[in-house]
Amino acid sequence: MQQLKNLALLSLTLLASAALAQTKQVMGVSIPSADHGWTAGIVYWANQTKAELEKQYPGLTVIVKTAKDSNEQANQIQDLSAVNKINALVILPQESAPLTRPVGNLQKKGVFTVVVDRALTDPTAQNAYVAGDNPGLGKVSGEYVGKTLGGKGNVVVLRGIATVIDNQRVDGFESVLKAKYPNVKILDKQYANWNRDDGFKVMQDYLTRFPKIDAVWAQDDDIAVGVLKAIQQAGRSDIKFVLGGAGMKEMIKKVQDGDPLITADVTYPPTMIRDAMRLTAKSIMTKTAMPKSTIIPSTLVTKSNAAKFYYPDSPF
Amino acid sequence: MTTQPGEAQVTPRPSALARLGSLGPLLGLGALMIVATLLNPDFLTLSNLSNVLTRAAFIGIIAVGATFVIISGGIDLSVGSMAALIAGSMILIMNAVSPGVGTFGIIALGMLCALLIGAGAGLLHGTVITRGRIEPFIVTLGTLGIFRSVLTYLSQGGSISLGNDLSDAYSPVFYGKLLGIPIPILVFAAVALLGGLILNRTRYGRYVQATGSNEQVARYAAVNVTQVKIITYVIQGLCVALATLLYVPRLGSASPSTGLLWELEAIAAVIIGGTALKGGSGRIWGTVVGAILLVTIENVLNLTSIISVYLNAAVQGVVIIIVAFMQRGKKVG
Repeated sequence: MQQLKNLALLSLTLLASAALAQTKQVMGVSIPSADHGWTAGIVYWANQTKAELEKQYPGLTVIVKTAKDSNEQANQIQDLSAVNKINALVILPQESAPLTRPVGNLQKKGVFTVVVDRALTDPTAQNAYVAGDNPGLGKVSGEYVGKTLGGKGNVVVLRGIATVIDNQRVDGFESVLKAKYPNVKILDKQYANWNRDDGFKVMQDYLTRFPKIDAVWAQDDDIAVGVLKAIQQAGRSDIKFVLGGAGMKEMIKKVQDGDPLITADVTYPPTMIRDAMRLTAKSIMTKTAMPKSTIIPSTLVTKSNAAKFYYPDSPF
Repeated sequence: MTTQPGEAQVTPRPSALARLGSLGPLLGLGALMIVATLLNPDFLTLSNLSNVLTRAAFIGIIAVGATFVIISGGIDLSVGSMAALIAGSMILIMNAVSPGVGTFGIIALGMLCALLIGAGAGLLHGTVITRGRIEPFIVTLGTLGIFRSVLTYLSQGGSISLGNDLSDAYSPVFYGKLLGIPIPILVFAAVALLGGLILNRTRYGRYVQATGSNEQVARYAAVNVTQVKIITYVIQGLCVALATLLYVPRLGSASPSTGLLWELEAIAAVIIGGTALKGGSGRIWGTVVGAILLVTIENVLNLTSIISVYLNAAVQGVVIIIVAFMQRGKKVG
């Protein structure tokens, strides 16, 4: 009996899908595999949004693929086009340069291409671009640090990994300080590689070297975790606050709970993949144009608005 | 197993001259410390020196194990990934049993599990390498990938964090002091002493050197080479687990970036310390100095800003090569 029922159900579904064939669209999503907190957030939000969009648009199939490097990602999008016959591709490239041509090839075959976070070196290969705002993250942070210190004080900076992203953030930060808060002095800038262990080590050495530090700009929440431990160990009370970045849920929670050192955070949200997927789905399903470029601003999170940025189920 | 008397002859005691000449790494460290103090007098403060030694404890303890593996003619590339996996598993286990047992019991259980995982991983390496007859480079390169991706899977790419109460209860293991000395430094010293004793004062230690120096001869001398090798990997695994026991309470979390490139630092510490990469002979105190030297370079670079931060890795490379050269020059002389 049960089998018969299943069979009937199956044939019904088949009939239904045949009827929907005209409006059926396939969207491929190619993202880096979860190798650190932020990319883990990307993978989480991509899968969440897949479920949400497939429910919202019955004719839409979303395929999410992760890749550990550019090479694997290039093969992957080829397969997405050849095997899965995708109509649209949302890609967060591992690296811009090596993926520019593979994405361009898909576009020539008629796939609508949307690039997230890292723009291709040849912008004509992307139909649309959705990204966070790295210089903005630096500027918002600089503004907060300058203002909170009342325009005067000593700041140490912990950088990420030597990349364009890191440079844009630091340049943004310094430009605001130079223009608006010339009495805020940057004591030093060392690389902490966007991880907790290096954040701890670099901060320990800053504490040895500088007897008076007013604020720390760690620009990343993982680095900030290490910084907090180092300050706690040294038992120093001169530091007024530590500003991270990205919007890791543990840090947002601290801001929300009124932590004495983590008074704010600046977002660089992995939810940008959700925004990109939503915009793309809307564009292909309703046949409307999608904005050529969408920049998701970096927002200052303080105690008053932290609840809006707290996602307890996300791994990040 | 029967053993032959007189195996001590396998490694004759080095002559007084060679012993003096082998002080290369120590001289290197001394020179570096003088330069560091000239650049920033804060280097010699008690708190900074204790920071440096505490940091050196992680790599140092692992490197003591690596000294055994390398002297026996093997290599273990997986130590960084193994540390990450042990840290992650340990935290997950402790969080899982959190309700019920008392805090002290949970921490003891977590530590025991860590040591078991470490020893188990070492046993696996040793067995596959000796009984499976696969090159250690390949076996441990394989597990390097396996261990880290299992951790990444367990953590979903994010981080695994110890519960707040547990984290507070466990933190004295890293932050605590005994007689004014941070605990990681004491553990490091104990491991190094024990390692030195085993290597230089026991039959097993001499077997390790004999195996690395000439495996065939050792076999003819009725040394159970297979067993000797397997045990070196178990020692390595235990050392990694011990280092992890000290690492976890520092940040109370493990992530896919935990222990990244520790294998290279550990091997570098061993070689800087004067152990031959091809095996046969080596010394624990050299390894200890090597580990401290590596951490000191990094510390000095953070304490000064005369060199562009873009060149940090280059400075490290230059110092490592100079120290290795000093050691080589002395030996020839």
